[in-house]
Amino acid sequence: MSSVDVMQETGAKTPAPRQRRLTVARALNEAIHQEMATDSSVVVLGEDVAKIGGVWSTTVGLLDAFGPARVRDTPISESGFIGAAVGMAAVGLRPVVELMFVDFVGVCMNSIYSLAAKQRFFSGGQVTCPMVLMTSVGGGYSDGGQHSQTLYATFGHLPGLKVVVPSNAYDAKGLLASAIRDDDPVVFMFHKGVQGLGWLGTVPRAATHVPEEAYLVPLGKAAVTREGSDVTLVGLGLTVHHAIDAADQLQKEGISCEIIDLRSIAPLDRETIRASVRKTGRLVAVDDDYMSYGIGGEVIASVCEDASITLKATPRRLSFPDIPIPFSPVLEQGVLPNSEKLVALARQAVLEK
Amino acid sequence: MQPGQAPHGNLHHRLWMYEAMVKSRELESRIKTIYFEGKTPVFNMAKGPIPGEMHLSMGQEPCAVGVCAHLRPTDFVTATHRPHHVAVAKGVDLRKMAAEIFGKKTGLSRGLGGHMHLFDAAVNFSCSGIIGEGIAPAVGAAMAARIQGRDDVAVSFMGEGATNQGQFHEALNLAALWKAPVVFIIEDNAYGISVCKAESTSVASNADRAAAYGIPGVFVPGNDPDAIHAAAGEAIARARAGDGPTLIELETHRLEGHFVGDTVEYRPVEERERLAELDPIQLFRSRLIGDGHEASELDALDAEAVRLADDAISFARNSEYPALEEAFAHVFG
Ligand SMILES: Cc1ncc(C[n+]2csc(CCOP(=O)(O)OP(=O)(O)O)c2C)c(N)n1
Ligand SMILES: [Mg+2]
Repeated sequence: MSSVDVMQETGAKTPAPRQRRLTVARALNEAIHQEMATDSSVVVLGEDVAKIGGVWSTTVGLLDAFGPARVRDTPISESGFIGAAVGMAAVGLRPVVELMFVDFVGVCMNSIYSLAAKQRFFSGGQVTCPMVLMTSVGGGYSDGGQHSQTLYATFGHLPGLKVVVPSNAYDAKGLLASAIRDDDPVVFMFHKGVQGLGWLGTVPRAATHVPEEAYLVPLGKAAVTREGSDVTLVGLGLTVHHAIDAADQLQKEGISCEIIDLRSIAPLDRETIRASVRKTGRLVAVDDDYMSYGIGGEVIASVCEDASITLKATPRRLSFPDIPIPFSPVLEQGVLPNSEKLVALARQAVLEK
Repeated sequence: MQPGQAPHGNLHHRLWMYEAMVKSRELESRIKTIYFEGKTPVFNMAKGPIPGEMHLSMGQEPCAVGVCAHLRPTDFVTATHRPHHVAVAKGVDLRKMAAEIFGKKTGLSRGLGGHMHLFDAAVNFSCSGIIGEGIAPAVGAAMAARIQGRDDVAVSFMGEGATNQGQFHEALNLAALWKAPVVFIIEDNAYGISVCKAESTSVASNADRAAAYGIPGVFVPGNDPDAIHAAAGEAIARARAGDGPTLIELETHRLEGHFVGDTVEYRPVEERERLAELDPIQLFRSRLIGDGHEASELDALDAEAVRLADDAISFARNSEYPALEEAFAHVFG
């Protein structure tokens, strides 16, 4: 059972005494604290990460706890400091680097896809890149088209990068610990819509029970967030919550949804998706990245190319349309995926012929 | 205003600078108030008539007016995520600008861009939310003017934080190499979000970096409209004459947070307390009066600025939101 369901079950009752409910931001922060405490090779770099603890509160308290040698504010030089992190990683450090918004990747893509992603391969396995690139993704709060993208597929497409997207605090902590301990570069994409910050709206359900002690959630393994029989809804990050809301609605109509939370898109856990669709025969994928060449297409292809699966309905996808993200709240909300649109698609899938 | 005509028309340039500063300030103080509508008691950036991030330029107005006083509509300007003062000084349509900030269909970009993406092609103004992004396009627009046989120039505004982007260095080398008619204006407000200049930049003055590209580097202290006007005038004349680019760093002050809602705890208390005394509009007003201008003359300019700001805001408020199709209408031509 996934942590999301744990929350649903405990949400209504008084939490058991040992339950600690943390936001995703605090869960990420705790993971870094714990990894830094147990491994002196872990260092943190990024804009505004030291003195103020990160714009997304991911690095709060690290400067005080571990000092300025291991926790550094950087200039606005992403290409430089991400490249430098790859150099650190090549000789034994484990840098955790924050790229404030994934949208800024344009100024530093070379350091990521040409350098970090290819170190191991080009060196024939001699040199590794145990770096985590943490970055915020997602819109929905009218921050305009250079501060609201997810760009999941952009990273998923590039061989050599692991790409992780948590939907809730429990997973966030365990996935980040795994990412820091991993010997390969991991792009860790946390969605602003589930981060749990005071100044941005958040899905309350994303704050979950988080054990105090360190633990790992494996990279590359999807979660079955809810079991069901009629249709499989596949999401990641914020859209897992759209899927939960849609499933709640559809349940009232007698439609039983199985929900898959991808958690990682590289590696992609195709087997968990296939196992689910083998059972339900219907698939709707939902993500908030641009549609074409995207997550939904990859999820659907994973199912369609498996001859052992018999589909009862055409697979469907709900994504952000192939347009830059508009600023105006009416436009942005109008084009973003949401649970109502997902309900409609899932209903169509179930009613098909 | 026609090309070739100074932006101040018949108004003496000092009074024009004063009025433009007040206009920007009045517009922004309204934006700041309205920004909190719908965001109380719980502050949520997504809510209210002006959602999203909001970066105000209050305190930095001298940089915009001292430079733009020398520019024509055909001169090309790129600004940053903190664009309002430059937009106002460059002559961007105030009503359409306010409407864009509200996300309305009457906005400069029909609500597609928002406050970090103000484009007014009529006066060759644009800005961007990516740090350092406007520097190279300014070099390109400057070269285009030369290739097309115009004596127009380009000006790229940036924060001091932007000088640590690779783009800055690539663009400066290009500009110097090509002798582009471009002026680089660095607004040094001492901070890039929470990180102060001393902790982000290897040299105290970015003017020193000009030497690396063999171009003049000028530092103007004091956030002083007259001094900025003088330094920018020289650089822009040089560019127009075909003598190449200049880099100018301007000391300025960010009176507000990085964005509205920023509690600014990273700035020392004494520094924050001093800010009110550093308000450049008050200082410039006193100087103008000391130089013989009547208070009533300035009051009249204030009143006009207030009228224009009110007009722009009510235009924005009363405009409609765009229809959903608008989001799909401008990806390709
Ligand atoms: C490439 C890039 N990196 C980081 C950011 C996030 N960011 C927005 S404003 C800012 C600080 C900019 O400082 P400065 O250039 O001095 O301008 P100021 O905000 O002081 O006007 C940062 C880091 C960004 N928008 N683009
Ligand atoms: Mg600055």
